[in-house]
Amino acid sequence: MLRLLSLVLLGFALLAGPMVAQDIYPVVPKPAFGKPHPEGNLFMRVNHMDLLIHDRDLTMRNGDREISYSLAECLTCHAVEGPDAMPVSVESDQHFCRVCHDYAAVKIDCFQCHNSKPDAASLARLKPDEADAADIAAYLKKVEE
Amino acid sequence: MKLPALKIPKKPSEMSRRDFLQSGAAATIVLAPGVTLMAYGAKADAAPADAAKRYGLLIDVNKCSKDCTACVSACSKEHGWQDTGHPETDAQWIRKIDLVDKANGHEVSLPVMCQHCESPPCVDVCPTGASFKRVDGIVLVDKHTCIGCRYCMMACPYKARSFVHEPLTDQKSYSPRGKGTVESCTLCVHRVDKGGTPACVEACDATGNGAMLFGDLNDPESEIAKQVATYQSTALRADLGLNPGVRYQNL
Repeated sequence: MLRLLSLVLLGFALLAGPMVAQDIYPVVPKPAFGKPHPEGNLFMRVNHMDLLIHDRDLTMRNGDREISYSLAECLTCHAVEGPDAMPVSVESDQHFCRVCHDYAAVKIDCFQCHNSKPDAASLARLKPDEADAADIAAYLKKVEE
Repeated sequence: MKLPALKIPKKPSEMSRRDFLQSGAAATIVLAPGVTLMAYGAKADAAPADAAKRYGLLIDVNKCSKDCTACVSACSKEHGWQDTGHPETDAQWIRKIDLVDKANGHEVSLPVMCQHCESPPCVDVCPTGASFKRVDGIVLVDKHTCIGCRYCMMACPYKARSFVHEPLTDQKSYSPRGKGTVESCTLCVHRVDKGGTPACVEACDATGNGAMLFGDLNDPESEIAKQVATYQSTALRADLGLNPGVRYQNL
């Protein structure tokens, strides 16, 4: 009887497994703008720390500021808007970096010195897309006619 | 946009042809469908920090007015350090010093910041290599490796460095600052790397005093090198033989 019960319980556990897993995985916030990484999200999930550490040393020591994937760049596209429609800081558990780092229990040291929110200037610079600008110009021209 | 020189640890045996082609080690030209020409060897990265340069400042003390603190406030605004009401521990990247000649009462006023020495004592004493001099002469703190021991603050004869005592938020993206690290004038390296001038020099020019001149001391054609070659200028504590990049005229 006990053996049967344990089998039934095991069956339930196996069935419930995927459902539970869906719930506990972090829900990664989608960036509001910017283009997807050509390397794919999986690459970034595995390698973002290496990209950042190379960038940090090259920029700090050699003054190379043209490298893709600076921390500021990450934070600009991946800014998560709070209730006040402004980017949230790493104090909030909605912050892009925190969502996964909380799940994986990996401490982020970056924000002891770096700002966890994008610069107002970089946000303003990134938001209007070039394609949008062309579309808007075309639309305005049409309206004028 | 350049990609970082990322070396993903991957054994050659695991490296597929696709990985190799994407790695940038080979430039591929398609001659005809199925026929490709490949050239090996990545091109050398041109780093903006140029060893042929020596950045410096020339400050004309006669042009610096006593009541003006435009350079100090510009630096504070640019890098986000400010008076928090704790004068003994507040960060101070640049300060105005007033000097009086006791013999005749002659007063001068001058800004003093990190002097960007050619042989910086702060770099000598740093136990972690966090305090370093860039090839173009700019002395910086790499806060990634700074442990906050403050030896450099002791070693600096100009008292140019500050220690961050309080947790900070909302730093500038180009000027990260954090509790437990030492910091000082960066000669606005984020601007210099993009061909700009430091915020203090810009602010001084905006006041019309024009007491500060920024440039490459190694370039004989630059205004600063011409001035230094033509007129007498001095370094603060020249007796120490540190050969600072910041020089003063009429002091």
